[in-house]
This record gives sequence, C-alpha cells and structure tokens, in this order.
Amino acid sequence: MEEIIKVGMADMKMCAAPNKLTTLGLGSCVGIALYDPVTKISGMIHIMLPDSTRIKNNTNIAKFADTGIAAMYEMMIRKGALAAGIVAKIAGGAKMFSYGAGNSDLMNVGDRNVEATKEALRKLNIRIVAEDTGLNYGRTIVFDSLNGDLLIKAVGKPEKVI
Amino acid sequence: MSKINLNDLSTIQYDVLKELGNIGAGNATTALAQLINKRVQIGVPQVRLLEFNEISSVIGSEENVMAGILIMLSGEINGMMMFLMYPEVARSMINVLMCDNSDSTDFNDIEISAVMEVGNIIAGAYLRSLSELTGLTIDVSVPMLQIDMAGAILSVPAIEFSKIGDKVLLIETEFDDENDKKDTITGYYILVPELDSYEKILESLGV
Repeated sequence: MEEIIKVGMADMKMCAAPNKLTTLGLGSCVGIALYDPVTKISGMIHIMLPDSTRIKNNTNIAKFADTGIAAMYEMMIRKGALAAGIVAKIAGGAKMFSYGAGNSDLMNVGDRNVEATKEALRKLNIRIVAEDTGLNYGRTIVFDSLNGDLLIKAVGKPEKVI
Repeated sequence: MSKINLNDLSTIQYDVLKELGNIGAGNATTALAQLINKRVQIGVPQVRLLEFNEISSVIGSEENVMAGILIMLSGEINGMMMFLMYPEVARSMINVLMCDNSDSTDFNDIEISAVMEVGNIIAGAYLRSLSELTGLTIDVSVPMLQIDMAGAILSVPAIEFSKIGDKVLLIETEFDDENDKKDTITGYYILVPELDSYEKILESLGV
C-alpha cells in the first residue's frame, strides 16, 4: 500500500518508492521536490522565506530556502541517494495579493522565495528539471517517488503533471 | 515596558486580546448584518498561538476554497487584518447588494469590487473599535481580494510571522447566520498584529 506523506509549512520529509509526498495549498511559499531517479529516494521541503541570514530567529532550518534545501540534500545522501543524480522540481512562489503599484517586500516574497530556491539549488549543482512558479494562485503538489512526476492542482484549473 | 513573549502570555493578556476580538467582531458583524439585511451572530473569539502547520486548521483543510480579503495595517498598529469567507457567502452578499439571485462563484469585476468594498466596511468597523479602545491610530490599505485555497491565502500572514518566530498568534472570530441553514453566512475575522503592536495594544490598555 502506498503512503502519502504530508509536508507542512516550514517542514521537510523524505520517502522512498512507492510512496508520495504532498504539500497542500502552497501560496507564496515554495515546495521543492528532490529526487534521485536511480534509488528513488525523494524529499520534499516547504520553505517560507528566502534567506536565514537576514532573520534572527532561524532555528527551524526547513523554513528557509538557503538552509533547508542543503539540509534536505544531505539527508537524502545519508539515506543512500546518489548525489550526482539528484534533480529538482519546484512549484509555488505565487503572489497571492497584489497591492496597487507600491509593491512591498511582503507582496513580493513569492518571487524572492523562487530566486533563493534556484540559487540554493545552483550552489549544490542540482539541476531543475521542471518548475511551475509565480503567477497569482495557490497550488497543491503531489510528488510520486515511483516515476518522479509532480502533480499540480490549482483552483479552477486543470491538473497538470510536470 | 513588559516584553511580550508569544510562548508565555498570561491569562489576563489572553483575556484582553479575546475581548478586543469580541468587540471588534461585534462591530464588524453589525455592519455586515446591516449590509446584507440579515441577522448574523458571532462566536466566542479565540486567541490562538499556532504552529505554521496548524494555521489552516483554523478553517478546516488547506484546500478549502475561500474568499480572503486582506487589509494591511500601519500607523501605531502594524500588521494585517483578514476577512475570510466561503465564496457562497460572498455570492449571497453580492446578491443582496445588487438585487441579483445568481449562485455562481465566478465573480465579474463589478462583483469583485463590491466584495472588496464590503470587506472594507466590515474591517473598518472592526478596526475603528480597536482604535477607539486603545487610543492608537490605525491606517488601513485598500482591500485586496483573492479567492483560492485557504492554505495559500493564509500563507501571507504566516510568512510575515515566520520572520520573527515559529508560531502565529491570531485573534479569530467566527460569524454565522442565525437561522437559515441553506444560506449560511459563515466566515472569519482574523487579526494578525505584528509582535511589537501586540505590546502596544496591551500596554495601551494597561495590561
């Protein structure tokens, strides 16, 4: 029986085939699925903020793109994933509310989360094989460790697999 | 000045915040009832300190589709006010305001601006009472509306709080249509002040 493991906000989980990882209602946060196609060891992390170095309270490493992705990657390697083979699929980083012309820091946090995610992946030499980011709507994502598919559901839109 | 600690609020601090939620929601609900010409009752306000992954539990599942109106607060109280309701509730408001009887939850531009205006009036009533009670000035932004999954909408206040800690403190009040089950008016007012604004609020009330 396959299991669907839920990943909350500022949370990260791993799984192996045939299990799935999901995060529900991603808004400006970014969901990152890391996947080793050979061992099928997979991880998902739900980050809320781009940069841990700019925040005083940074004990929860899964909250930030910079610390969380690196930690997830190391956990997967410790579990036996092959570092060279790990690829990423990312989703989220929406701008949930737009506020006139004066775009504040708060409104653009989705964009900054996506940028920081890409930067963190680049530093680890992890290739992004698919992405569905930005725009202005929430997403539920389900990652299938069996085949590496990332299913994306959004309100009023057809489901898609990237 | 007593430094407020989210993990260690006293009973009296909780009670005062609840009472603020009660008064704010009372005024907001009166404004709402007048607008839609229906009797609406409010529940007991909750002051909740939640982990990020619990925040959507306020309204059930992260995937519930809700209409959220967000208003940014500045001045002496910083933070945000959110008014959340099911899309059907927004529809029944529009129907009353525009003498329509549609049941679609796809809204056109005029309908969206009507919902935002309702949000503005209701949040205005809530915040005015808060401002009067505390003597603190609150400036509000224009309202922003989004109809989407509750988790996605609530990620906006959650991210703001994630900058200072690992929990969110919110004052939440549910409101309900008194009779008519079929046409239930259910929604939530959620006030999310920044941490130092909580301090100011409590201090202004001598707590």
